[in-house]
Amino acid sequence: MAAYKPVVVQACPKLGEKITQDTLYWRGYKTPVQIKEFGAVNKIDFSPVPPYNYAVTASSRVSGFSEAFMLLSFSTGRCNALLFFQIHIYGRYSQEPIKTFSRFRDAAYCATYRDDGRLLAAGSEDGSICLFDVSGKAPLRQFEGHTKPVHLVGFLSDKYRIFSGGDDYSSNLWDIPSATEIISYHEHTDYVRCGCASKVNADVFITGSYDHTVKLFDARTKSSVLTIEHGHPVESVLLFPSGGLLVSAGGRYVKVWDVLKGGQLLVSLKNHHKTVTCLCLNSSGERLLSGSLDRHVKIYSTTSYKVVHSFNYATSILSLALSPEDETIVVGMTNGVLNVKHRKPEEKSENTQKKRQPAYRTYVKGRSYMPKQEDFCVSKPVKRVLRKYDKLLRSFQSSKALDAVLEPPIMLHTPEVTVAVMQELHRRGTLRSALAGRDEKQVNLLLTFVARRVIEPRFTPVLVTVADMITDIYQPVVGQSAIVDKQFLKLQEAIGKEIDYQEELLEVLGMMDTLFATFTKKKDTCLEENKSNGVTEIIETNMNF
Amino acid sequence: MVSPGALRVVRCGGSALRGARAVFSADSKQVGRGAGYLLCASGDFVKVYSVNTEETLRLMGGHADLVTGIQLNPHNHMQLYSSSLDGTIKLWDFMDGIPIKTFTVGSKLLALYALASAEDSVFVVIPKKGERDTFQLVSVKLTKGAGQDLESKELSVVLDGVGASVKHIAFGREGAYVVSVKDVTLQVYFFKRKLLNRFSLSTVKTKGGDNRFSCVVCHPTEDCIATGHADGKIRLWYLNFHHRKEYTYSTLHWHHDIVMDLAFSVEGTRLLSGGVESVLVQWHNESSCQKDFLPRLGSPIEYISMSSDGALCCTLHTDNRITIINSNLRFSRSIQGLIKSRDVKTGLVVDPRTKALVLNGEPGHLQFYSLQSDQQLFSLDIVQRQYIHQAGLKQSDLVKVAFSAQGTWLATVEESEEVTDPELQLKLWFYSEETQSFTLNTRINTPHDNHITDMCFRDMDELGDDSLILVTTGRDCVFKVWVMVEDTDPEAHESVSWSCDFVGSYHNYQATNCCFSEDGSLLAVSFEETVTVWDSLTWDLKCTFCHPPGNIRNICFGRLTCSKYLIGATDYGFLCCWNLLTCALEWSAHLNIVVLQPDPLSEHIAAVSWLSKESSLFVFKPNEPRPLYIQRNLCKEKILLAAFVPRDEPETISSEKYLWLRKSQLFFLTDTQELMTLSTKSLEERLTPSSKQLAVEESLPVTPFSLLLGKHRHQQAQEDNLGKPVVHNKQEQASPAVKELLHTPAHVLPSASFLCTIFINSLLISKENKSAEEVADEVEMESEKADGDSDEEDVTVMEQEDTSPMELLGEMTCKLSKSQEKELRKIRKMDYSWIAAF
Repeated sequence: MAAYKPVVVQACPKLGEKITQDTLYWRGYKTPVQIKEFGAVNKIDFSPVPPYNYAVTASSRVSGFSEAFMLLSFSTGRCNALLFFQIHIYGRYSQEPIKTFSRFRDAAYCATYRDDGRLLAAGSEDGSICLFDVSGKAPLRQFEGHTKPVHLVGFLSDKYRIFSGGDDYSSNLWDIPSATEIISYHEHTDYVRCGCASKVNADVFITGSYDHTVKLFDARTKSSVLTIEHGHPVESVLLFPSGGLLVSAGGRYVKVWDVLKGGQLLVSLKNHHKTVTCLCLNSSGERLLSGSLDRHVKIYSTTSYKVVHSFNYATSILSLALSPEDETIVVGMTNGVLNVKHRKPEEKSENTQKKRQPAYRTYVKGRSYMPKQEDFCVSKPVKRVLRKYDKLLRSFQSSKALDAVLEPPIMLHTPEVTVAVMQELHRRGTLRSALAGRDEKQVNLLLTFVARRVIEPRFTPVLVTVADMITDIYQPVVGQSAIVDKQFLKLQEAIGKEIDYQEELLEVLGMMDTLFATFTKKKDTCLEENKSNGVTEIIETNMNF
Repeated sequence: MVSPGALRVVRCGGSALRGARAVFSADSKQVGRGAGYLLCASGDFVKVYSVNTEETLRLMGGHADLVTGIQLNPHNHMQLYSSSLDGTIKLWDFMDGIPIKTFTVGSKLLALYALASAEDSVFVVIPKKGERDTFQLVSVKLTKGAGQDLESKELSVVLDGVGASVKHIAFGREGAYVVSVKDVTLQVYFFKRKLLNRFSLSTVKTKGGDNRFSCVVCHPTEDCIATGHADGKIRLWYLNFHHRKEYTYSTLHWHHDIVMDLAFSVEGTRLLSGGVESVLVQWHNESSCQKDFLPRLGSPIEYISMSSDGALCCTLHTDNRITIINSNLRFSRSIQGLIKSRDVKTGLVVDPRTKALVLNGEPGHLQFYSLQSDQQLFSLDIVQRQYIHQAGLKQSDLVKVAFSAQGTWLATVEESEEVTDPELQLKLWFYSEETQSFTLNTRINTPHDNHITDMCFRDMDELGDDSLILVTTGRDCVFKVWVMVEDTDPEAHESVSWSCDFVGSYHNYQATNCCFSEDGSLLAVSFEETVTVWDSLTWDLKCTFCHPPGNIRNICFGRLTCSKYLIGATDYGFLCCWNLLTCALEWSAHLNIVVLQPDPLSEHIAAVSWLSKESSLFVFKPNEPRPLYIQRNLCKEKILLAAFVPRDEPETISSEKYLWLRKSQLFFLTDTQELMTLSTKSLEERLTPSSKQLAVEESLPVTPFSLLLGKHRHQQAQEDNLGKPVVHNKQEQASPAVKELLHTPAHVLPSASFLCTIFINSLLISKENKSAEEVADEVEMESEKADGDSDEEDVTVMEQEDTSPMELLGEMTCKLSKSQEKELRKIRKMDYSWIAAF
């Protein structure tokens, strides 16, 4: 004897992205905080020590334009001209800068923290490099030597040296205590715009340049140790914490190289459709983030190098940073907006309001009893919990079952349940009697549901039948109730719209078919291939009633 | 005995159990022994089931046509009467499965009733001579004679114009009267007073429907009759003997459709009724307010029968299932063989894992039927919806089934009966080793826009799961290729699902059949009149074949050495064989082929043709147009489906003509849903040896006395022959108990804990015995020498092995002193107490 089988509710898979562990993780950020900077944000750097403040370097692209703007702001008298040549330090949760470095003659670039978070270095449009104490205001040191703007500044991991790269094609190494140039490499043939120091070796740093190459320098030698041909102007480079893998971004490509094998290409990723501008690793080193001018941040798994998640932003992205414990994602954009996302606090698993459990003694009673051999065991049948509509369907009460699924919580949040029960009633041949004999309020409810859901493809076949029956049953009373008549009109409108939409889709399909036909190779005349099955499935014939 | 070469068509399952009500044997009460039997008419046979183990114990065959009635002999509960359409009544000893007597009546027998009050006659329903569709109830005097085959032509008509079914006649308490119903008339005939009362219900159809009678039963103790009606009502009639025109009845109504059968409990306090709703209803005290239900029994109830002690009740269903129900209306167990479904749409498929036949079972289920044990292995719920037993509903049912080569994947297609919008679902099931059953992996809604006509997996044993491809063909003029895709999440658990890979079509013709070649490189899809061959790697169309006129009905590829051939059968009666290398027609034959089935293990292909109301079987190899084997007129019914089932071990077949049956066995299903096979063995060989052995074992005398006496006599005779007693060593002493234990069928044994002590005891050698043993030891030495002398003696020794305690006893009567005799008597008591306990 079989038990009653509950109604099967067809679960419809959600289209679009799949829910994975990664999606869940990366969705665990709050809605972003937008902070307006005065120019395109080209560098964001997190302090490596708590409280993880971050330095934001923003500048106008064209200095001439910024001067014109400066004059304008002078005339209004509202703000200082020096505002444009500033580095802002933000606290993690502050929306206003907690500190500002403003002693620049020209636009500042690439403000970078030292490993201990106490020193900050920045390049400048006029070719000088300034070194600040985080707590102070005036620069501690100034390194003069570059003849063109310096877009790259960084500390070597021994903390006493600074490397820099400039638009004069040179990359230099500076000594902090004496503020002198140690060595200067003139190997690149175009602007040097990005670079990175090895965390393992205090003498090694890499620079990327617009001459399509990434070069690895050792401070102990007079020339570069390794040259990697990226193929596009290099916008950003990154070394893995182990120092073995190098990631370069330029053009639409992100490429991963094995440094220890002499710069062998491991993998080339082409997931953006515009230039990739920035790269970033998460704290564990398992995910790689890349931001691009196409307004996307893509997250890759560093084991499989596949995109596991992607973020969408309003404008093109220039810079990207992740706080040391992945607490915050900060993205800087071309329109000067700083987008800050904080991670949601971990949800507490235990609910504060728990149901009162029975006392421990009662709870445990009899559970620990082991049946002896001569005991006769009577097994209790497992009680199955049936939904209300299932209970009613089991006893063949169709009208009540339909009432049960027309209750607002079910109807609004799980329309598939309502439709499944309607389908089951139709299968049993009792749908008509279940729909009949309802008062104005209930008919109104039914029609609202049908008019709203009939255009959803997964519900259409069932709801068309339902709508057909309702019009059949309640035809004689049309005109007696204003509310019901209004709903009928709404239904008509919804169906009219859907038919128009389907016609348009058919037109598009026709156009696409002509396009496909021109592309098809004419190798076999009798062969008809219909590759566009995905498209045809969407199109379905609309029944009119 | 048939000559060993001849091939016979053998029925092997699925016979309708619907001939008559099932009968419980009278000893079903003896739970300790566990020998409750259930007797059932099944086609031409009478089947004996064990109530406790659901096993088929015996198959009693002998009737030449359908068995229509079975009744226990009221004077001897170990005997059974059975009647058949072949005009004979047989008396059986169903414990041994032996026919005792055969009475030839002459005309067709449609129902059988045996009464305790009627001394030597039974009642049967026979067609009235000279009139069609008129039947009469006659009493047949069973002649007493010495022989086995007797003529009994002494017929006396009791009632005229009765219904043909066994349900239309019932006998009142103590056989005082007989009730017959037909259409709207009720007849009561009192035997004593020779009085016939006839009542009619109004023929005017009331709003509830027609009130024709469908069945009748009588109260066991009161003068009360219950009748079931076609509109679902049950009427209870109270007979009044004095006023013939006055009758009263009360009505019980729950069923919404025809009441198929009724049964009173033994005391008459409860009435059971069943119908197409497949709900068993129990009415208390003839009132309509008190009733219990046993719902969802699976299929419409055809017959209800009660055991004589009232402890059990069983229902026979229209799909050949027997359900046994406790007296408190609890489902106890069900006996099911090949479940009969309304329409076998799935075809006969062989599960590669269990070698079971797979086909439609109960609605929405897939049954796995074991051919060896004639039992259903399990039933897989595919549709997973509540089945409503009601006429006129559009039910959705399973239409196509396919297994992958290893049986790890199962694909099923279900559709509703609606013509315009078949709610199609393609489901893919994965066999999980942990749960040992199929679990749903992927469900695809509307895989095709119209009905799916065929489905097949790419069978590739060696390439593993990656190469698994499923092809479906539909009436929406396309065929679709489905492949497994792994989940996109790189770090999630390995999970696969199925999705569409390719859609192919050919000139907007409906795709009808599909088939993969043996190596999986080619796919043949038939589109109405044309067969197209596709490359399974690139999905390019390679070539087309056509044999107009007529649509292609079946296609299959040749195997092994014949893999270059493609066989097709058309509607207009052509069997064609194309060569794939030359792309030309190799040969064709004019045959109306309905079934085309290739053997998976050899090159042979079986084709069944249907021409002028007879099915013929042709077995051929594709490389030669001449068939290897032809059997005309295979069976009376139309053969719908066939399947080759691989044998576990190749059979040794003497004749070269039947070599094609060596590796696999051919089964086919007729339109009456009987499963048949071809066998070279005769019927006697085919009967399962175990059941025969069982019969022999049971027919042995089991009383300790007879054992003792028998052995003693034997011993005496032997002593006379040899002049010396034969005694055996100690190990052999234990053998009677052990042997008894091992050879008694498990279902009649008491519980193991009960047997254990006896078993251990029987292994012990008691001290008292020893003295006798020591005496005997010396004798043994001599006897062994004597044993070596002749083979004849050896045989007698073997027979004697299990008798040593008795032998000793026998010796003692001659030799031992009285004190020792007493002690041994004690041992004897101990040893045989367990036999008495049976």
